[in-house]
Amino acid sequence: MQTTFPRLMLDHAKARPDAAALREKSYGIWQTTTWAQLAVLVRQLACGLAEAGLKRDDHVIVVGDNRPRLYASMLAVQSLGGVPIPLYQDAASTEFVFPINNAEVGFAIVENQEQVDKLLEIREQCPGLGRIWFDDPRGLRKYDEPGLASVDALIESGAARAQRDAGFFDAEVARAQPQDVAAMFFTSGTTGNPKGVVHTHFSLLDRADAGKTFDKLSSAEEVLAYMPPAWIGQNIFSYAQWLACGYIVNCPESAATVTIDLKEVGPTYYFAPPRIFEGLLTSVMIRMEDASPLKRRLFHACMDVARRVGPALLDGRPVSLLDRLKWTLGDLAIYGPLRNSLGLSRVRVAYTAGEAIGPDLFTFYRSIGINLKQLYGSTETAVFVCLQPDHEAHADTVGVPVQGVEIKLAESGEILVKSPGLLKEYYKNPAATAEVLTADGWYHTGDAGFLDAGGHLKIIDRAKDVGRIVGGPNDGAMFAPKYVENKLKFFPYIKEAVAFGDKRDRVCAFINIDMDAVGNWAEKRNLGYAGYTDLAQKPEVYELIRECVEKCNADLAQDALLAGSQVTRFLVLHKELDADDGEMTRTRKVKRGAILDKYLVLVDALYGGKAEQYIETAVKFEDGRSGSVSATLKIADAKTFPAMKKAA
Amino acid sequence: MTAEVSDRKSGDVILDVKNISLAFGGVKALTDISFNVREHEIRAIIGPNGAGKSSMLNCINGVYQPQQGTISFRGQTFSHMSRRQVAEMGVARTFQNLALFKGMNVIDNIMTGRNLKMKTNLFQQAIRIGAAQREEEAHREFVEHIIDFLEIQAYRKTPVGRLPYGLQKRVDLGRALAMEPKVLLLDEPMAGMNVEEKQDMCRFVLDVNDEFGATIVLIEHDMGVVMDISDRVVVLDYGKKIGDGTPDEVRQNEDVISAYLGTSH
Repeated sequence: MQTTFPRLMLDHAKARPDAAALREKSYGIWQTTTWAQLAVLVRQLACGLAEAGLKRDDHVIVVGDNRPRLYASMLAVQSLGGVPIPLYQDAASTEFVFPINNAEVGFAIVENQEQVDKLLEIREQCPGLGRIWFDDPRGLRKYDEPGLASVDALIESGAARAQRDAGFFDAEVARAQPQDVAAMFFTSGTTGNPKGVVHTHFSLLDRADAGKTFDKLSSAEEVLAYMPPAWIGQNIFSYAQWLACGYIVNCPESAATVTIDLKEVGPTYYFAPPRIFEGLLTSVMIRMEDASPLKRRLFHACMDVARRVGPALLDGRPVSLLDRLKWTLGDLAIYGPLRNSLGLSRVRVAYTAGEAIGPDLFTFYRSIGINLKQLYGSTETAVFVCLQPDHEAHADTVGVPVQGVEIKLAESGEILVKSPGLLKEYYKNPAATAEVLTADGWYHTGDAGFLDAGGHLKIIDRAKDVGRIVGGPNDGAMFAPKYVENKLKFFPYIKEAVAFGDKRDRVCAFINIDMDAVGNWAEKRNLGYAGYTDLAQKPEVYELIRECVEKCNADLAQDALLAGSQVTRFLVLHKELDADDGEMTRTRKVKRGAILDKYLVLVDALYGGKAEQYIETAVKFEDGRSGSVSATLKIADAKTFPAMKKAA
Repeated sequence: MTAEVSDRKSGDVILDVKNISLAFGGVKALTDISFNVREHEIRAIIGPNGAGKSSMLNCINGVYQPQQGTISFRGQTFSHMSRRQVAEMGVARTFQNLALFKGMNVIDNIMTGRNLKMKTNLFQQAIRIGAAQREEEAHREFVEHIIDFLEIQAYRKTPVGRLPYGLQKRVDLGRALAMEPKVLLLDEPMAGMNVEEKQDMCRFVLDVNDEFGATIVLIEHDMGVVMDISDRVVVLDYGKKIGDGTPDEVRQNEDVISAYLGTSH
């Protein structure tokens, strides 16, 4: 696509001035911004930024939830040839220091008082940060800090400039070239400092367009923007593709109302990482448990039919007339109302990505008629590398290479990618760039996998995480920790799992219980508890988790290759793994190394055969204060099963 | 926090309580209490259990009629006031033991706070045409601002009885705010809350004072909260005033220390 983000926006404003571009729910009513209104807003913001001294190639951080005026701000920055850097709005203030200093950021546009407070806290460490604008003035009236002003004030100064100097904005937009840098994304990074991934207008828009063609997206799509804007997935789905297709992006009222807003909007194009789908399913299952026995029986009977028939129907495979009829009846009674209550009744294309999705979870959504598919990509590839075509969605693959992408496998099994959407570089980090982007143009993904007979890419694990069992009865067996953890996590009672086993004689695991699901389960059994730590250590809960682990083991035993990865011992952690404590990334992937270091005593206890272990852990609260949690954790054994011999 | 408090400009006296005495039969609940509240300030009334804090609030509110003394509100002096008169003058309150309609949803509960502002009659409202509809829309918009302000958008349609206690307290505050009060009386707004809920509530009280410009009279048990957010504090003990001043002054006051910590006689 030989264009830029601001030019696309102006094109829409010209072609369809009165069509809706953005909607935001405020004061209980969905408020619409049309493309024409958006163009005016962007023009004023851009002129205001120019007044404030923003020059070409300057970096601007944008921090906040999905808000129309923050989207407009990103467009305004790009209009002047500047580079917006969205940062995670839930990050602690200290996490902002590195990106701000690394990218020499002088300007910040943020959502509200919370973000302003965080930036003011670190101002001394970031002397370059001169100007901060806030969208929501609430609570900020009394702030008297140099360089702090409202977005309203910015718009006002921009409106005056736009009137004085009418040709300025259009001239600036015309100067930008597709090969110019459009945005920068800091990757959460499981180790070391985050890296700024630099993308051009061309790389982002080319991929947005590839996805548009692949799924035949039109300007009629409705999208709900609810993931952090700092995540490239969010940026592609509700910014790059928004401008490429011209569809409507809806911003929820607040983080707490997302499920309500989802129902009201009824998106047609939906994107969520597996944990969101998992959360939705868990809430459905919990509510079903509370339903009357009749409803519960009807639900389970219908779901049995759906599991058997639904995916085949969606894949276009032949289905007997009787089964078709049964599914249609189920659709009337259960699936239709269920889709509606999930807010997914209008979904035409839904994607999940970010991490592997449990096969049962994936099948559940497809069986009730939601066209859920998987894709493969990363920040460095501007998301779209592989996509599943409509009739070829499988739980264990991530689809076929999309238009423009070439894939090859390194000898180590690592997947290499060549695509127009590859990053330009890591900002000011040529060493890291050279590591992933070799001179021959291949990008090294760090994922291990292979292409199957149908041309679909299959991911096993992170290349560096796939290990071997050493010693014991399963000596030499392959150990794919992610695979085991995902299997465990599919049980509604288990929120997170961390498996250990590389270079050890057997596999052991940490379990995080799901507070909602286990809490509900405990309530039903009149099991009193004082809080998370107390509940996690109840013997009854251990029994419950043991059943899950053993079921998972039985499942693993089915596969000769992975039978050695069965979990022999486990413990239930006393606190939830949390990004604030450095145990997970902001996108909620477990940081195995950090966890191993932090909980070494627990790992030693698992492998040392102890029955319990005392531990004290420091925790950080959301407001930045810290405290500690201590507990004596029990350690339990789980039954393992002999590996099934493959019928030769 | 302290800088912010001292910056805040307090205006003229808006509420003046003079020589109030209240007795229930032989039990003296309040004895000769005098203090005043200035416009835009946060004024706290503290004291140990049974000190007469709630009785004091009930006198201001018109629920109890004191046997002696006068209360002036914006220069007008009253010795007896009905609850309705007080509410019409712009005094709203929240309750220590929530007084919400448990079966009604959040919107309807907050709407009840607009009752005094409604001009159309019951019949018009029942058929909901013309003026009644316009009026309802205007009131609903005001209520939506409160919902946004208190960050309870996710619970608009939830019956209040199903909400956790901390949120119910917020709805109670919302209902009082719906009256667009000049003076807001808060009866133990933080009672029974956990640390996080208390922090939220503190922020809301400060914001109400700031954004809505309401004068706040607050009864509170939690000394930490009181000292952090109030401009001036009255201390009661056994129905008598034993201290009055800024949080720092009160903290140094010998009588207050002995009332709270006890002394050896």
